[in-house]
Amino acid sequence: MNTGIADIQQAPPGSSLWQDAWRRLRRNRMALFGLCVLVLLVVIAILTPWLAPYGYAEQNLDLGATPPSAQHWLGTDVFGRDLLTQIMYGGRVSLAVGFIATGVALVIGVSWGAVAGYAGGRLDAAMMRLVDILYALPFMIFIVLLMVVFGRNLLLLFFAIGAVEWLTMARIMRGQVQTLRQQEFVEAAVSLGLSPLTIIRRHLVPNALGPIIVYTTLTIPSVMLLEAFLSFLGLGVQPPQTSWGLLISYGAETMEEYPWLLIFPGLALTITLFSLNFLGDGLRDALDVRGTAD
Amino acid sequence: MLSVEHLSVSFVSRIGTTRAVDDVSFTVQSGRITAIIGESGSGKSVACYSLLGLVPQPPGRIDGGRALFEGEDLLQMSDAQLRRVRGRDIAMVFQDPMTCLNPYMTIGRQLMEPLRLHRKVSRAQARERALALLQEVGIRDPQTTFDNYPHQFSGGMRQRVMIAMALINEPKLLIADEPTTALDVTIQAQILDLLADLQRRRDIGIIFISHDLAVVADIADSIVVMEKGRVVETGDREAIFRNAQHPYTRKLLAAIPSGSKAPAATGAPLVQVRELRTWFRDGGATVKAVDDVSFDIHRGEVLGLVGESGSGKSTIGRSLLRLVAASGGSVRFDNTEVLSLARRELTALRRRMQIIFQDPFASLNPRMTVYDTLAEPLLLHRLADRGSVAQAVLKLMDDVGLVRESARKYPHEFSGGQRQRIAIGRALATRPEFVVADEPVSALDVTIQAQILELMEQLVGEYGLTMLFISHDMTVVRQLADRIIVLRRGRIVEEADSRTLFEHPRQAYTQQLLRSIPGRAHAR
Repeated sequence: MNTGIADIQQAPPGSSLWQDAWRRLRRNRMALFGLCVLVLLVVIAILTPWLAPYGYAEQNLDLGATPPSAQHWLGTDVFGRDLLTQIMYGGRVSLAVGFIATGVALVIGVSWGAVAGYAGGRLDAAMMRLVDILYALPFMIFIVLLMVVFGRNLLLLFFAIGAVEWLTMARIMRGQVQTLRQQEFVEAAVSLGLSPLTIIRRHLVPNALGPIIVYTTLTIPSVMLLEAFLSFLGLGVQPPQTSWGLLISYGAETMEEYPWLLIFPGLALTITLFSLNFLGDGLRDALDVRGTAD
Repeated sequence: MLSVEHLSVSFVSRIGTTRAVDDVSFTVQSGRITAIIGESGSGKSVACYSLLGLVPQPPGRIDGGRALFEGEDLLQMSDAQLRRVRGRDIAMVFQDPMTCLNPYMTIGRQLMEPLRLHRKVSRAQARERALALLQEVGIRDPQTTFDNYPHQFSGGMRQRVMIAMALINEPKLLIADEPTTALDVTIQAQILDLLADLQRRRDIGIIFISHDLAVVADIADSIVVMEKGRVVETGDREAIFRNAQHPYTRKLLAAIPSGSKAPAATGAPLVQVRELRTWFRDGGATVKAVDDVSFDIHRGEVLGLVGESGSGKSTIGRSLLRLVAASGGSVRFDNTEVLSLARRELTALRRRMQIIFQDPFASLNPRMTVYDTLAEPLLLHRLADRGSVAQAVLKLMDDVGLVRESARKYPHEFSGGQRQRIAIGRALATRPEFVVADEPVSALDVTIQAQILELMEQLVGEYGLTMLFISHDMTVVRQLADRIIVLRRGRIVEEADSRTLFEHPRQAYTQQLLRSIPGRAHAR
């Protein structure tokens, strides 16, 4: 009990929520497991050039497609390239697309939606009409246009995907903020003299996080698959570079003869998605202060 | 007619088992109104709901007892048998008529539904019965309103519809769970009259559940007082009011607000309101929420603002603080015009004027601890720095009667009364000179109400506050206010000091409000 009073002296106001959330998250085994797996995957992705057993362009045409063996743990593809190496290099692209594009979408979407929802009136109308217009633009044309103007470039791909995904995020956030804004605690914050930005940051965003987190965990996999689709059309990464999405789509073509070419990349994606979901659920519960009694 | 014997109900959760109703016995006779009184959490609703199988099991569990209704034990009945009893022999009226009516169904269809469910009647017969009943519960012109939707009725009218719905199968017992809590005083008085009248005419038994002893003072024949799941006292109305035995009953009686305070010596006007107008645009129509209102609030004075819902009293409070944009007029605070103030100066002024809201559930950020909530205004207005803020917060918690150990807790971990203490602490953190209290106790139980009013009275003195106290409840206002303004439809009806208003009301509307105060005859 006394520690409770002692340690409030150090903490800056507003930080309790995040401290408490972290404390709660650490107690959730599944979420912690998900977090560890994700961190491990990211570390592997970063260190791939040093860890990978073969170079990603190295091929042995004589070998052809072989099932898993001692030399090639996950087997090789039709061109005799080591599958494990491919998955490791593919993970670099897929994870980067997943996290960076979603991060972009998250930052733009949440701020856009929160400002529109809080301001209301004409500013809200103008901001949301812009979202509607972007919604209406055919996504493929938008991407092709970007690629034509700026040339094909992985960073541009992240940006393009993020620029499309934030629209839904902004709508969700705006809806949340609109309902929260009616509540008296926001009015109380206004009467205390807090600036609109502080109100949004400290009072509105933390209360709207639940649906946002859920949507984020849904966005990351859909972004990864979107990248595969673009790559398949020749707009994303190109061979010999690869990604999980590409590996899966090639694997699916030959799944009857060489099933391991589909199974292992699929497994990598599945593990990532499971971990994300565990972490997402855990985060949502941890941020909901009403969730657990402690 | 109904005799409940040794009823016990528990709730089982992961944390443990809580006994919500503990060995409760009472009887209800036909042709009498039995009131069950207790604070929220006293088990009064659970006791009645479990009789009808309306307590979900699990988490609920009936541990024992009997409930004989006309000789049959309700607790032993199967679901199918209970369904036949519910709505036909025993009917219920709930607290909030808006949430209990289906917004997408006309009230006529909703009225006919239980009738056609339990009895074999034709559509025409059902319609005829429903119309007759609407007439009986005092709905004017039922022919035209029959096909209206719930939102087209006022709160009082909706409650009448609910009562009609409960009565349509001619039940022998009516259970009314806080049927008037959500209503204005004058409407409350009408509904109470209606219930008493129906009971006499139809000779049915009524169980009236309420947290407010004053409400049932005029209509109950016998009273059952519950505390923490147990019945602490049972008796006739006269016996309870004249000669209460149990200390808890005495506490409830004492919590009925009464008396008024002597007018305080007051200084120069701190707030001057002149011809204030706040109009809203609702579709094409203009709603004149506040229409040409002028008054002064003197330094050190508590000004009461009384009116029914829709009278514009909350809008006035919010307009003064510029939480709602006024359409015209002038508000001067300490000789500064508030309505035309630029943002920067307004922020500085906000420190000096604060507000306390009605609903302590909605007025606190659910994701901020008490500490964060109280520290925010202190840091914002530089009334404390990083080093001294903890001490300042703890001092504030002491002032409003919160234990220091709860600093790291979140709002949902507190009861309604404690939450209102947090909200009061937040309003006082900036050391304001002027506070708008917007129905600060109407969401609370009566005993808690008394505590919060006492706290506010004490803080008004300690902090030297000037206050605008807004309420629909005359007796609550009377306790705290030096002067009272009566508001109706956005205009001032009467303005007088507290004692004069209560003893010699000049306007007919004020007199009507005073007559509607429940339990006047019994409050001392």
